[in-house]
Amino acid sequence: MIRKSGCRFSEKIMLKQRDRAMDLSIRNVRKEFDRFAALDDVSLDIRSGELIALLGPSGSGKTTLLRLIAGLDHPTGGQIFFGGEDASVKTVQERNIGFVFQSYALFRHMNVLDNIGFGLSVRRGADRMAKAEIARRATELLDLVQLSGLERRYPHQLSGGQRQRVALARAMAIEPSVLLLDEPFGALDAKVRRDLRSWLREIHDATGHTTVFVTHDQDEALELADRVVVMNEGRIEQIGTADDVYDTPNSPFVFGFIGESSSLPIHVEAGQLWFEDRPLGLPAGDAPDGKALLYFRPQEVKLLDGCGGCIAGTVAAGRRVAGTRRLELEVGGHRERVEIEVPASHPAAARSRIAFRPEKWRLFGTPGEAAPSEKVRRISGWPAAVQAGEGSSAARR
Amino acid sequence: MATALAHAGWRFRRPSVIPGFGLTFGFSIAYLSLIVLIPLAGVVWRSASLGWPEFWRIASDPRTLGALKMSFGGALAAALVNIVFGTLVAWVLVRYRFPGKRIVDAMVDLPFALPTAVAGIALTTLYAPNGWIGGLLAPLGIKVAYTPLGIIVAMVFIGLPFVVRTVQPVMEEIDREVEEAAATLGARRAQTVRRVILPGLAPAILTGFALAFARAVGEYGSVIFIAGNIPYVSEIAPLLIVIRLEEYNYAAATAIATVMLAISFAMLFVINLIQAWSRRRYGYGH
Ligand SMILES: Nc1ncnc2c1ncn2[C@@H]1O[C@H](COP(=O)(O)OP(=O)(O)O)[C@@H](O)[C@H]1O
Ligand SMILES: [Mg+2]
Repeated sequence: MIRKSGCRFSEKIMLKQRDRAMDLSIRNVRKEFDRFAALDDVSLDIRSGELIALLGPSGSGKTTLLRLIAGLDHPTGGQIFFGGEDASVKTVQERNIGFVFQSYALFRHMNVLDNIGFGLSVRRGADRMAKAEIARRATELLDLVQLSGLERRYPHQLSGGQRQRVALARAMAIEPSVLLLDEPFGALDAKVRRDLRSWLREIHDATGHTTVFVTHDQDEALELADRVVVMNEGRIEQIGTADDVYDTPNSPFVFGFIGESSSLPIHVEAGQLWFEDRPLGLPAGDAPDGKALLYFRPQEVKLLDGCGGCIAGTVAAGRRVAGTRRLELEVGGHRERVEIEVPASHPAAARSRIAFRPEKWRLFGTPGEAAPSEKVRRISGWPAAVQAGEGSSAARR
Repeated sequence: MATALAHAGWRFRRPSVIPGFGLTFGFSIAYLSLIVLIPLAGVVWRSASLGWPEFWRIASDPRTLGALKMSFGGALAAALVNIVFGTLVAWVLVRYRFPGKRIVDAMVDLPFALPTAVAGIALTTLYAPNGWIGGLLAPLGIKVAYTPLGIIVAMVFIGLPFVVRTVQPVMEEIDREVEEAAATLGARRAQTVRRVILPGLAPAILTGFALAFARAVGEYGSVIFIAGNIPYVSEIAPLLIVIRLEEYNYAAATAIATVMLAISFAMLFVINLIQAWSRRRYGYGH
């Protein structure tokens, strides 16, 4: 359905965009709705031409942030800069932002071509464009989003994926300095999502827009974006490449939200990690003594035969996941549940005992122990190499 | 009959999977016949007994023509005024919050509920040369009561709620994001209203227009008080029908009624066609 060819885009569109793309700087922005802080002290620098994903659960403030950038809402505090210029003095119309709404928000009484050309047709004065020129540009964009032939259709005659692409073409028609997409593929089925995903990356690479897109789908964010901004409860948890946020998550939230994870309450004592009264055989580095949470990924564990420093548990449930097997183990006196991955051939009988040790892990402070304002936050002051065990602990010693 | 229709290329709308099409359709037709069709057919039948020459003589009588022109022209003007100000009132009620909003909202319905004679008397008192408003207008040389202008004022009064109440719910449904999309694309407010909001409201405004127009054409009670009822000048067709009835000239009364019926039906039918066309084209109601 979507032809894969990156070279169909008019040179003109591409060059113009590269000139217009713009740095974006968000500084300490706060947004309150009736005293409720939807965004709290958000700072983010976006480089010209970058493709950024805002990733977070529903209600984490992603849409709110996009709307502030577009000027559809105004921040309660903080500032937004477009290429060094304070945006607060600019109206929505002046910001020249391409916004693709989650609901598409197409003009239902206009056909596809008129929808795409709308932004050009409302220009007045020196920027005014001739009808023929508008139609030509709109046709060109329609070709870019691969909908040629549907010029005369009305929005209600299009599928969800087609509407999505019309909305994108409409936003790109005004040669925006920043392109904002709110859950661009949210309402589409899985197959169409995957197609559009790679297609969006191609378009971005070809046109060079500074692009911010919102998603709650981690695969989408990790696959598509140059950098991922992980948001939670109105705050930015972490900003980084796909590798950064997956391999070195800096908070329990990020660890839990991106990829799969298991966690265990442990304590640090005498330079060792302890689960209940057993040592795990993992060095604590210079983590302070006391309670902590151990996070690891089910894939990153090593099965052990004996247990002279390990986590041991009883198999509570097992399921086959593609080429491997996932086991749920009950460990310790409180029957804490953790998940680990074993080879598909592993004879994991129910109620049998299994011992393992995480090969990579991170420690975070527990909610009760951390400073009240910080809640579940990273224990600060630990060098990264210590909080994250890399490779086997034996090799590190 | 059914096969003849099918051959002629006609198709009933395909019954949906929801059962009961036959029953509800049959009931609707029977009910409409009883309530609407048969009484109206009686009117046409009665006037048909006049014979064509006699019918034509009554219909083309200058006094009849004057009354028809007054009724339809006045209703048209009133409906046009109403779609402008009715839409404005709906906009204010939907888009703004202000103290007393509920009261204003309720006031819109008053012309619905008021006995038309009360409205007529109230308007006449206001607009008469010695009334509050009439007194202000008199020095400017504008006469409202007892002129065609007065008729239009009464028709505007009774038609207003039809426009407000048909446009209001559609306006409430307008997607905020569509307006915001227009703004991000660079459209100024006036451009958004003219090119995005109004076209979206057009079907509802047209419906409001049709209702206000139909109501004004048929209005009697409130108009006759303010009209002055001067033959050839400010006499409405419904009044002329009553005058003929009081003269026991039933034939003339039904002839005028038939002409009114034909014009009204033709206009409403055309409006309906436009509605159906726009609905198909823009996918409203999908
Ligand atoms: N206009 C508004 N009025 C009040 N609360 C709002 C408004 N918009 C958003 N919120 C609240 O702000 C929070 C963040 O919303 P939003 O930015 O839409 O989240 P997301 O897009 O990440 O799902 C939510 O708790 C939401 O209820
Ligand atoms: Mg959202």
